[in-house]
Amino acid sequence: MQRNDLTLNKAQGIQMDMHNKFIDINDVEMVFHTKKGSFHALRDINLTVQKGEFITLIGHSGCGKSTLLNLIAGLLKPSDGLLLCANREIAGPSPERSVVFQNHSLLPWLTCYENIFLGVERVFGATENRIQLRDRTRAALALVGLTAAESKRPNEISGGMKQRVGIARALAMEPKVLLMDEPFGALDALTRAHLQDELLKIVAKTQSTVVMVTHDVDEAVLLSDRIVMMTNGPAATIGEILEVKLARPRERVALAQDAQYSEYRTAVLEFLYRKQAHPAKEAA
Amino acid sequence: MSAVMETMMNDKPAPAAPTTVAAPASAATPAPAVKKMKTAKRTLPFAGWFMKVLPPLTGLAFLVLVWQIVAAKTGNFPTPLVTLQEAIKLFSDPFYRTGPNDQGIGWNVLASLQRVAIGFGLAALVGIPLGFMIGRVRFLSGMFGPIISLLKPVSPLAWLPIGLLVFKSANPAAIWSIFICSIWPMIINTAVGVQRVPQDYMNVARVLNLSEWKILTKILFPSVLPYMLTGVRLAIGTAWLVIVAAEMLTGGVGIGFWVWDEWNNLNVPHIIIAIVVIGVVGLILEQLLVALAKAFTYEEVSS
Repeated sequence: MQRNDLTLNKAQGIQMDMHNKFIDINDVEMVFHTKKGSFHALRDINLTVQKGEFITLIGHSGCGKSTLLNLIAGLLKPSDGLLLCANREIAGPSPERSVVFQNHSLLPWLTCYENIFLGVERVFGATENRIQLRDRTRAALALVGLTAAESKRPNEISGGMKQRVGIARALAMEPKVLLMDEPFGALDALTRAHLQDELLKIVAKTQSTVVMVTHDVDEAVLLSDRIVMMTNGPAATIGEILEVKLARPRERVALAQDAQYSEYRTAVLEFLYRKQAHPAKEAA
Repeated sequence: MSAVMETMMNDKPAPAAPTTVAAPASAATPAPAVKKMKTAKRTLPFAGWFMKVLPPLTGLAFLVLVWQIVAAKTGNFPTPLVTLQEAIKLFSDPFYRTGPNDQGIGWNVLASLQRVAIGFGLAALVGIPLGFMIGRVRFLSGMFGPIISLLKPVSPLAWLPIGLLVFKSANPAAIWSIFICSIWPMIINTAVGVQRVPQDYMNVARVLNLSEWKILTKILFPSVLPYMLTGVRLAIGTAWLVIVAAEMLTGGVGIGFWVWDEWNNLNVPHIIIAIVVIGVVGLILEQLLVALAKAFTYEEVSS
């Protein structure tokens, strides 16, 4: 069964090579030039992401996973190498690669509705009328279950709700790629689990391509099609890539008992704590 | 035990007047003390208000007392009572006008406020956009930085002769010094505000690919507003300080001139009244702007 899947994948891979390389990262290097000197953050990064794939980037803090995400977002420019999205060079940030920021980054003077509308208006304002834009905004709010909170300001809602508005804002722009930088990092465990489940449902519905940065092993295994494990910085690179072949829809409680799930989990833990022991420990 | 705990807990939000009476009783008989606490809690709105008003009133009474003692010892200094009588006389007709140099205190205050409003308004008109540009464009910040650093510590009164020279009239010259003293805090605070716009917001703007106009109206302006209002508040404070001194030098109508005129008449009670009036007007201006600033301050993004 599994082998069949594999051969199928390979056949498809050869057939639609162009389409499969939806995001294509080639020999990317990233060096930051600061006042204290230059810092080699990333070296030799090669990665392709298929359309509709869910990728997580995992690694110890300071390994440059956020840097890689910002490179894909276009918020940073690589020192060397090439990043392509849908066969076009990533030249800068764009609504087609929308970002969910770690600290939600909602504008505190706008309501939830207005925060989402800001993006919707920018992307669809030229082609659609007011009512269509409003419907899009409402639909995004409904998708994350926040219809009731549309006229609230960010300081009037909980952290989990803020993060959901951030996700709604990103999704409402109908991005080709959804980039998430530790979106649930600042939330408590229960809220985080709840939002992970919601994200799984939303992604199943929208068929989005997702690249997500995380430091949570369970989160990575639960959500991903592939887990990209990064070595420790400086000059971090991709250490291993783990393909997660758990059937979807995935269910948290059932997976807790699943042998395959534990295997994936162990593999990631092995990489993080055996092969790439925490940099702080090495220094000590 | 729990009752005692409750009293202790209740003690904190109700440090009200009745508690001072109840305190020794609570040590002896805890049970009735709890009851008393509850009544104290019920009258809390009044008691809280009382505790708010009591310290300032005590302070004022102390000030008047010291004043009375000093006045009684020196002899040539008016007592609070004499001053109060003078004030009642003065405020019974604040808007009389018998000549260009003899007008009611109301006219004088209004004349000063008008100068401040014009000088301050012009400073806002020039200073806030300039602050935005300095904050947004590094070249301009490097260009204006040294000039601002050099001119900011100069007393605005030093600019008064330049104003007289250029405008050839006292009134515009006074407005000119107000303009000069108000413009620095507005430029600096606005520029700092623009530079401190959280990078997160700018990243949002970049990802959403917002137009410059949208960035200005939806992101820059709202996040700079609290800084800007701080600048405005600082500016109005100095402007009100400077106008008194400027008017002493320029003459005409105005509270500063009035103080100087009354000194020439050796009318000390009027000088004291003027000091109080200047203080009260300054306080009102400050409070108005604090209220304005509060209305436009938003919770920062916390991670």
